[in-house]
Amino acid sequence: MTTEALSLPARPSPRKAARRKEGNAGPVFVVVLAIVALWYTGTILMNWQGTADAFARAGEARSTSEILLATMEQERPMLPAPHQVFAELKKTTIDTPVTSRRSLLYHAWVTLSSTLLGFGLGVLLGSVLAVSIVHVKTLERSLMPWIISSQTIPILAIAPIIIVVLGSIGITGLFPKAIISAYLCFFPITISMVKGLTSPDPMQRDLMRTYSASLAQTFWKLRLPASLPYLFTGLKIAVAISLVGAIVGELPTGAQAGLGARLLAGSYYGQTIQIWAALFGAALLASLLVALVGLAERFLSRSMGARPA
Amino acid sequence: MNASSRAIVLTPLVFLGCLYALNLVHSPAVTGQAGLGFWCFIAFLWLASIVALSGLSHLSPKSATLRRLVGLSVPVLFGAFLFFLWEVIVVGAGVPSVLMPAPSAIGSRFAASLPVLRDDFVQTFVKSVLSGYVIGCLSGFVVAIIADRVPFLRRGLLPLGNFVAALPVIGIAPIMVMWFGFDWPSKAAVVVVMTFFPMLVNTVTGLSAAGRLERDLMHSYAAGYWTTLVKLRLPAALPFIFNALKINSTLALIGAIVAEFFGTPIVGMGFRISIEVARMSLDMVWAEIALAAIAGSIFYGFVALVERGATFWHPSYRT
Repeated sequence: MTTEALSLPARPSPRKAARRKEGNAGPVFVVVLAIVALWYTGTILMNWQGTADAFARAGEARSTSEILLATMEQERPMLPAPHQVFAELKKTTIDTPVTSRRSLLYHAWVTLSSTLLGFGLGVLLGSVLAVSIVHVKTLERSLMPWIISSQTIPILAIAPIIIVVLGSIGITGLFPKAIISAYLCFFPITISMVKGLTSPDPMQRDLMRTYSASLAQTFWKLRLPASLPYLFTGLKIAVAISLVGAIVGELPTGAQAGLGARLLAGSYYGQTIQIWAALFGAALLASLLVALVGLAERFLSRSMGARPA
Repeated sequence: MNASSRAIVLTPLVFLGCLYALNLVHSPAVTGQAGLGFWCFIAFLWLASIVALSGLSHLSPKSATLRRLVGLSVPVLFGAFLFFLWEVIVVGAGVPSVLMPAPSAIGSRFAASLPVLRDDFVQTFVKSVLSGYVIGCLSGFVVAIIADRVPFLRRGLLPLGNFVAALPVIGIAPIMVMWFGFDWPSKAAVVVVMTFFPMLVNTVTGLSAAGRLERDLMHSYAAGYWTTLVKLRLPAALPFIFNALKINSTLALIGAIVAEFFGTPIVGMGFRISIEVARMSLDMVWAEIALAAIAGSIFYGFVALVERGATFWHPSYRT
């Protein structure tokens, strides 16, 4: 097994990325428009039967155009129309006070806090593992294969056990969910950091030796700065998985609070609009977190004097 | 004594010591009430195993097969020792099995409930995972080819695909259960969506992996788009495609199991895990996880094996 299990996309240089973004804005816009159009078509097609049946049951004869409009105003549609989802998002974020249990922001905060705690733990664990793997040969040869093969097992399946076991010895709330997140996100961090810490070539390491630099000095002045680009690619993957871990961790606790709980409650009571709103909330949160890591990367690499490529 | 002879002497000794400790911990006098002497013995074994392993990992025999054997034995022995520690600590300290069952208890439970495990395996792995994996990967591949043919589509789809890859796609599970019912098609649908985007993004990236020179050569042969695609660009894209296949093999299993938390018929690995957790019979849960781990590793290993055969020319496989 190789470390390729984790895809570490090559880092495009900022200028090239900016140029590509400009060039892609048009096509992306068109594709997004096409998706929205498809979505509306899907809404009409999937809700048609239910809407027509509802009118027939009420004994009202409606024209085709009236049914068409009604497919987008269903209470519990098979597929809610985009504007319904956004109305729900607006209702549960702006129109509801943040402290209310009906507020999506409240649930997002619950998920976010365990995501961040888990991410922090994962970064700690992942970087400690990476540093020791790079420096201790025994660990590299004995631990590394197990770290990699630990990812071929579905870690998320352990989520309910961790929740229940920790719950039975009195640890509930934030911590068990954070452990799941940490377990999921230590892997990309370890792999990318090991890759980064070993990225300085022998010539550079030899140069450090001719300066008679100590192991610590080589680490802080050469290995760590060289590992930053790799580390941040890993961190972006890790923060996204950490959110997934937190959401899945909320499922077995029986839907108390959090985005995962909103998903589960929505599926129990057939509240499709609520599911979609929670899904969009999770997507927004994920892109926000990844963007924050990207921002931190830009700031840190500039302050460490990285050359703008 | 140098490192290699130390390792060669110590490894069998540690092995025998572990066997003795296993035997001791299961005797009625020790189970659940191991004394200080026993834990000192375990700590001593631990230290000895660290010395033995570090000696082994510094060994570099002359012959290639022997070197490979040593390279393989270090992680295997390390893993075996971790399982040994798990067993000894759980049994010796008498950890209640609702918290953490011993590996031996999990193993016997696994052996005792083979029919149930087989049914769950067929439901979750054969029906949901495999069908979803095949459909998801194939459709991702086809869309990637189409996107490659139409540059406008590629420029529109690729950023979106990268964006979706960071999203918690698993959240669509309740929607799929609502659309496709409780049985395996809804789980397969989740797997399809989860595996589609990694395949799309990796294949599109891989299709641009062939170099300028090779493409010019094909052009000078007057090869058309499809000839160039089949003879040059697809083979060059294979490492990327296999990378996606490997990522997807793990994602697919996770997707199917988690989707079962949202509603299933009374069979399936995710169903069994959630129901047995509620009944506090954790040995069954762990048996189910062991099954998932074995299935996942074999699946991954199979894809990796096919990759080795198909991309034998790639630098990472040439020795």
